[in-house]
Amino acid sequence: MSNSTVISVQDLGKLYRINHQGKHANYGTLRDVLAEKLKRVFSRKQENGAATTREDFWALKNVSFEIKQGEVFGIIGRNGAGKSTLLKILSRITEPSLGRVRIKGRVASLLEVGTGFHAELTGRENIFLNGAILGMSRAEIRKKFDEIVSFSQVEQFLDTPVKYYSSGMYVRLAFAVASHLEPEILVIDEVLAVGDAQFQSKCLGKMEDVAKTKGRTVLFVSHNIPAVRALCSHAILLANGKLIGDGETSEIVDKYMTQDHTSSDSVWKRPLQQADRPTVYFNSVEAILTGRQPRMMMTLKIEFCCESVTPKSFITVEVCDVLGVTVFQAIPDGSPFMEFREGRYEATLEIDLPPLVPGRYTANLWIGPHYYHTIDQVKNTVAITIDESPVPERTFPHSYDNGHLVPPSRCELRRESY
Amino acid sequence: MTVDLPYSKTENPDSDFDLILEAGRRDKHYWLDLWRYRELFIILAMRDISVRYKQTVLGVGWALIQPVLNMIVMTIIFGKVAGLHSEGSAPYAIMVFVAMLPWMFFSSALTTSSQSMVSNSPLISKVFFPRMIIPASSVVTCFVDFLISLVLLIALMAVYRFAPSWNIFAIPALVLLTFLAALGPGLFITALNVKYRDFRYVIPFLVQFGLYVTPVGFSSSVIREKWGEKVFLLYSLNPMVGVIDGFRWAILGSNSHVDLRSFFISLAVIAASLYVGISYFRKTERGFADII
Repeated sequence: MSNSTVISVQDLGKLYRINHQGKHANYGTLRDVLAEKLKRVFSRKQENGAATTREDFWALKNVSFEIKQGEVFGIIGRNGAGKSTLLKILSRITEPSLGRVRIKGRVASLLEVGTGFHAELTGRENIFLNGAILGMSRAEIRKKFDEIVSFSQVEQFLDTPVKYYSSGMYVRLAFAVASHLEPEILVIDEVLAVGDAQFQSKCLGKMEDVAKTKGRTVLFVSHNIPAVRALCSHAILLANGKLIGDGETSEIVDKYMTQDHTSSDSVWKRPLQQADRPTVYFNSVEAILTGRQPRMMMTLKIEFCCESVTPKSFITVEVCDVLGVTVFQAIPDGSPFMEFREGRYEATLEIDLPPLVPGRYTANLWIGPHYYHTIDQVKNTVAITIDESPVPERTFPHSYDNGHLVPPSRCELRRESY
Repeated sequence: MTVDLPYSKTENPDSDFDLILEAGRRDKHYWLDLWRYRELFIILAMRDISVRYKQTVLGVGWALIQPVLNMIVMTIIFGKVAGLHSEGSAPYAIMVFVAMLPWMFFSSALTTSSQSMVSNSPLISKVFFPRMIIPASSVVTCFVDFLISLVLLIALMAVYRFAPSWNIFAIPALVLLTFLAALGPGLFITALNVKYRDFRYVIPFLVQFGLYVTPVGFSSSVIREKWGEKVFLLYSLNPMVGVIDGFRWAILGSNSHVDLRSFFISLAVIAASLYVGISYFRKTERGFADII
């Protein structure tokens, strides 16, 4: 029974067509389409001119794997590797361009917490709304209602519109509903990255419970490698839309960590997501490392777009180690409160690096007008690799077990008594 | 293209699975799926109703004010200034209001359903459900407004001491017809609107224009008397001509009569637009998440 295949993916491919034509490339107005057609009628030569270039982009290609019943299945890979596209296909939000997927059982997907929450409605109403959107029946929600409420810890505010909730309460309520879903197959995307640490571990526990004691199949996408390690028995690794690893979690995680980090990592481009672009979004980032240890400088050339007037904002950069743990955060001087109007921008950030232990570090970028108001946030963008030790005369290897920073330090010895 | 798959098809026959996803594959259980998601339909409709008049002072009053003001203006312009006649002995105001009900229902249903997909884009890109639920449930609020103004009509008839005929029992069928008349173009436009946001400007224009080419402020018999039979039948290509004549027949009774040919022309137009709307919607809906 537990050996039967519940998801079989064969040769899956997803193609996106991108028009490189300025900012509204994805939903051109009818006028643009008509004008384009007219242009083509009148001058056939211009068709492959520079004005509009079409590019085929395979977000996924030739991906095949199988998932057995009762497995907790991890999907890992860098940004733009195709993880989210894969989940969107498996949860029927978008259709594949090639290949086929066969599924046995009811799938519920959780690509975001609080999908469909309505700010004007009360917590109680939103539980029913969100539950229904995620595929629960009303009878099912009613049965679990008390459990959901006590899990979320918002009992007193059940009849308050959620617009008056703190963001923590909001997330707790949203996750409480989601974690009481009991489909045969549960698809989860990075949603554990919310809430405080205590609540996160509660959610992880709940997920483990769903998978282990109830025999449900769970698909789990995350950058949180410790969580993947702890939960998943089996994992696949995606890179640039291709499947490059399929096996035991520990083996795949090792492969992910030692993945080729060559120069391609120093440039990051926004994955081609069509939906939900914030008003200001990071488009591309390039990292240039200069200087020598212990005084290295990381220059980030950031290109970003603004689609409508946005409150004055600032940029922060977090530098993380391979496990995704933040080593430090930089708030570049001069960036506080930049004003934006529609258009493309380029910013050059210079960050003096502290004396870092050799290894690979990635940058997370964030932009917003206030620390609690995020406009855009991109994780694991560019990566830098530091080979040199910050202590030139050091002869023994570094280990993360002793921290990430080796500050310049001195020792003066004096003999006080004879 | 034949590729050697690591997992051969014979190992797990298709019949083992409930769902197969493939490019361009038609859902076998499309209508069944729609039925399975009926609770979502109800809950989305309830959401729309309960947030509709939140943070407004007049609240439901808005559902009353609009048709009443429209009726007063139309009665004065068409009945008094232009001096057009009513149907039979029915008071002009009632004749106008009877047409105002389905027209307001039709126009607001068309407007909200064609905007619905874009205004629910976060849902479209994050969860799966039969997409048709969104435009269909958005129409329910319009239906509530319709019911409210129906109460107003009854009050108005009491004021004029105007007794309805037994034909009034045809109203539910006519309401359904109005809904279908709006759903066809609504589905078509909402699908287009996902790709071309131009249609957000088309609809208000269409609705405003429609008010003048639809016999709301006047009786459709005026058209026949002025331009003759042929023009009148041509005029019936406007699906709301048949619907409104139906409503007047149902409420005004013997004062009004429905031209059956005209009614069937309108019916045929409604059926055709419904067919076009549904098939275009189904053809495009699986790409919505990619372009919305």
